[in-house]
Amino acid sequence: MVGDHACAEGALAAGLDFYAGYPITPSTEVMEHLADRLPRVGSKFVQMEDEIASIAAIIGASAAGARSMTATSGPGFSLMMENIGLAAMMEVPVVIVDVMRASPSTGLPTSVGQADVLQVRWGSHGDYGIAAYAPCSPQECFDLTIAAFNTANRYRIPTFVMMDEIVGHMTERVVIPDEADLPRMGRPRPETAPGEAPFLPYGLTEGLVPPMAHAGEGYKVHMTGLTHDERGYPLLNAAAHEKLVRRLVDKVRLNADEILRYEEIMVDDADTVVVAFGCTARSARRAVALARADGIKAGLLRPVTLWPFPENRVRRLLQLGNVKKFVVPEINLGQICREVERLTALPVLRINRAGGAMITPEIIVEGIVG
Amino acid sequence: MSVAAVQKEVHVNAHPSDQLMRAERLPHILCPGCGIGSVIHCYVDAVAASGIPVNRHVCVSGIGCSGRAAGYVNVDSYHTTHGRSVPFALGIAVYNPELHVTVISGDGDLTSIGGNHFIHAARRSVSLLVLCINNFNYGMTGGQAGPTTPLSALSSTTPFGCWERPFNLPHLAHAVGASYVARWTVLHVRQLRNSILRGMQKEGFRFIEILSPCPTGFGRPNDIGDGLMEMQNYLRRCEVRNEPHLHDIDIDLTHADSPIIVGDFVDIDRPSFRPIISGPVPETRPAEAWAMVKATQIKEEPNGK
Repeated sequence: MVGDHACAEGALAAGLDFYAGYPITPSTEVMEHLADRLPRVGSKFVQMEDEIASIAAIIGASAAGARSMTATSGPGFSLMMENIGLAAMMEVPVVIVDVMRASPSTGLPTSVGQADVLQVRWGSHGDYGIAAYAPCSPQECFDLTIAAFNTANRYRIPTFVMMDEIVGHMTERVVIPDEADLPRMGRPRPETAPGEAPFLPYGLTEGLVPPMAHAGEGYKVHMTGLTHDERGYPLLNAAAHEKLVRRLVDKVRLNADEILRYEEIMVDDADTVVVAFGCTARSARRAVALARADGIKAGLLRPVTLWPFPENRVRRLLQLGNVKKFVVPEINLGQICREVERLTALPVLRINRAGGAMITPEIIVEGIVG
Repeated sequence: MSVAAVQKEVHVNAHPSDQLMRAERLPHILCPGCGIGSVIHCYVDAVAASGIPVNRHVCVSGIGCSGRAAGYVNVDSYHTTHGRSVPFALGIAVYNPELHVTVISGDGDLTSIGGNHFIHAARRSVSLLVLCINNFNYGMTGGQAGPTTPLSALSSTTPFGCWERPFNLPHLAHAVGASYVARWTVLHVRQLRNSILRGMQKEGFRFIEILSPCPTGFGRPNDIGDGLMEMQNYLRRCEVRNEPHLHDIDIDLTHADSPIIVGDFVDIDRPSFRPIISGPVPETRPAEAWAMVKATQIKEEPNGK
């Protein structure tokens, strides 16, 4: 199965109710696959007039209770930024797939890039929390899309599946488990019936994630992008803003260990650790094997969640004392390497390409050896 | 009479519409003389009269003064981003067709930044009732010109007079596929309430333009006077015509005596957009799709009725 289709199938397995999107290379196959599949399972598919409408529609549908998703690529992703902030502020769970291509602007529409990884974290104005998964295979496109739905629901945040063009267009075997084995997580929901007790759409009894009531259930919620109080009513002062925005950030920051995922290969005794994600991690796996065959103690740390970034894992690696150097290959001119650089005084070798082609294992081996 | 005496005199413990208002949020933020409150009142009156359970009404708005309307009505309500109330509302209405979704937004929000969504939602015949409160300017940001600002009107971004031709919104809405089109002013509260009620009973994309005073942003630079004077203006100039040529009902403020045409302009049957749900048997899909296409064919009648 091709990666884009595996992502679409993952969304179906997660119970996708509503998809709104706009065609864009190299994510279009996600949409085309769902255009054919969703009507057959009784779910809804709408081709929108643009990406701004697409994300607005999936936030609206999710506010009415749908598991909703859209898929796009760089230019469309940029158009979505404002409403990503709205989803974060209203705490409406949505899943956004970004199949990264060489950018900026129209760039190389049909070729690979990995340059949206800071945009996904910081792209909308202001502070807010998100989670972003970076699959490196069609199997992970399937698995991590399901994980993205669960995380979006659990924390009521916009959650992202950051494929790259190579992974999105790669064909590999995908194992689809029995439906009973699929992990499906709902959103926190009100414990009282509508009208039984006053319901506070942003009231907390425990934790940082308030229960969510949907349009039409009788709770008469009000949701706004303005700074608001527990009732959802606008409250325009610094204290209310501080309280709200800190919680939006903290619900991801303080639950990072629960959300984050990473893969490690031979890092325990490694003196050189390669940090790579997406298709570049596939080259890095090969590079580590080649280096080990030459007796070089190399290892790979692959962030499966780009955000939250597995920073505590990097810190623990440093405490082991073996690591002398990090190598960070990525198809951009230096983005995720900053996450490593801020954690260590050790040398961090950046291997960067602007996009259009993969970074080969040989180039990464040179970095490990050099 | 002192201010305190006036307050004492008008104080009431309850209002018939309280149940449908978030009364604890009052007083509202709107300026004296603004017409948005009248629109909200007409909307909640229509909700009460609609016979549709209150829990099935949803109100969505965008940004700006009119965008605040959703925050005052006691139904599920969403105050979204600038220009995006229509696609947000589409998500709700298409996902759950049981819900009756009304968009209350301003002229700039709906037809400038949100113009593309507006025409496409109407083209698709999305099941939405859209109330466009047209006060001829961007009020929240302090009185700038927008796509409905009449020729020659003064605003903070047209200090020499507006020289862009404004939208004729009923004509636009009809052209792009609305099943119901009306225009009233906030002076016409009974007609407006009935129009909203009619809109709630219909399928497809229903559009009502509501002319509203904005003494702060539009009235002052254009010497219209306060909200009351603008209402008197409506009383003097408005002419009810239910079958006008829609291309001919531009609002002209340069000629003080030219009529402002209001009325119920278009009322045709057009089924609401529904995504195809084919069920598990793919072979039936093309036939069902064709049946849907046939169902959405409308009987064209020039200018509606």
